[in-house]
Amino acid sequence: MLIGVLALQGDVVEHLNALERCDATAIPVKTPADLARVDALILPGGESTTVMKLLERFGLGRPIVERTRAGMPLWGTCMGMIVAAHDVVGLDQPTLGLIDITVRRNAFGRQNDSALVELAIPALGSMPFPAIFIRAPWIERHGRKVELLAEREGHGVMAREGNVLATSFHPELGSDARIHRYFLEIVSQQGKASTAA
Amino acid sequence: METGTVTVKRGLAQMLKGGVIMDVVTPEHAAIAQEAGAVAVMALERIPADIRAFGGVARMSGIELIRSIMDAVTIPVMAKCRIGHFAEAQVLQQLGVDYIDESEVLTPADDNYHVDKHAFTTPFVCGARDLGEALRRIAEGAAMIRSKGEAGSGNIVEAVRHMRAIGDAVRELRIAPKEELVARARDLWAPVELVTEIAREGKLPVVLFCAGGVATPADAALMMQLGAEGIFVGSGIFKSKDPKRFARAIVDATTHFNEPEIVLEACRSLGASEAMPGLDIRQLAEAQLMAPRGS
Repeated sequence: MLIGVLALQGDVVEHLNALERCDATAIPVKTPADLARVDALILPGGESTTVMKLLERFGLGRPIVERTRAGMPLWGTCMGMIVAAHDVVGLDQPTLGLIDITVRRNAFGRQNDSALVELAIPALGSMPFPAIFIRAPWIERHGRKVELLAEREGHGVMAREGNVLATSFHPELGSDARIHRYFLEIVSQQGKASTAA
Repeated sequence: METGTVTVKRGLAQMLKGGVIMDVVTPEHAAIAQEAGAVAVMALERIPADIRAFGGVARMSGIELIRSIMDAVTIPVMAKCRIGHFAEAQVLQQLGVDYIDESEVLTPADDNYHVDKHAFTTPFVCGARDLGEALRRIAEGAAMIRSKGEAGSGNIVEAVRHMRAIGDAVRELRIAPKEELVARARDLWAPVELVTEIAREGKLPVVLFCAGGVATPADAALMMQLGAEGIFVGSGIFKSKDPKRFARAIVDATTHFNEPEIVLEACRSLGASEAMPGLDIRQLAEAQLMAPRGS
């Protein structure tokens, strides 16, 4: 299994290092040819307006949508969650529409409100997850098929719809690898399912 | 819940990696920068080339101006305070800017001491010409470092010198025997804990951007290949003949710095538009140089 990390802009190396610590093989994805090589894709942290423009300019948006709709596991962190969302509250900002959520950008505030939060994530067990929120979005609305996996102050901050995972915080900035392992588990399940089919 | 931790402050800079941060002096500029794909903007009253021309004392920008730029864009907004002017920094933190640049481009307020940046929730970026200067700023609490190329000159030579100096010094520490590290810290005028960390990790503990003198897409690609993790462009965009095209071309070249065919395309997209006029730094008088301010 080869994991890709979208490398147009953002904290790419942090995800590559976290994956390496989980013994996964990962490469940065900058071109459609890189994308064709990988079995799963992470959209890292970064600036969503910048990355949406670069996805368009360099022809990566459509192949990511096609691969994800065909079952490729995809995980977006913060910027990645915004890019993967169905739409953004109050902004005429294009997104890829890979998970049926509406997000609100900078919902917890500007940088002075960025914070480390001990987050309860039942799917990962009883130990809280040290979640790093940076100018983070929250999930304002989610579709019926979307499972909310964590909330902060009454707002969704982690969600899954089938092969697509989204977190509004940054597991790649910390040392707790449980969410990277959770994603790798989705990747391995998906691999088995497609082999069986 | 903990705000203003080292991880959270350094973290925002990590999100900006691979991107371009543009100096803007109006909300309209800020919108152009965001539309071109900037990852953040620096809100300023004058771009460095004009500060140079205007002379006098350059201070923190007006609050109304910074506020109007914060309202105009969704990307992070940075603003500058004078070196050592912690009260200007307190005002910027209170205003809620996302990053404070303690900058040599403004006239220094203190010729001995920089701001104690640990005391702030808002993260700081500071300039450095070499590794020792970078480590002193990090020891004071800087969460991001940038080179200190001669601002407003349109001349990349100083930024190249700083990036090479920092890169070379990090590589030297990486292979230095352990028993040399205390003496190396002494020679760098830097804390031994940070020197030891660099020797172990082989890189700075914070994100390193290039700043000063970037005027073309090829300048940006050069600095990224020399190890910059992103680019500040000051006068290079809004002193060019076609800011929209220059902004976009510099973003594209920064993203694909290692792919000459895309950098070529970025250069070609400029058509006949001219880059900002440049200055020969050797012909500037000592008093006109900004990079040596604060050290």
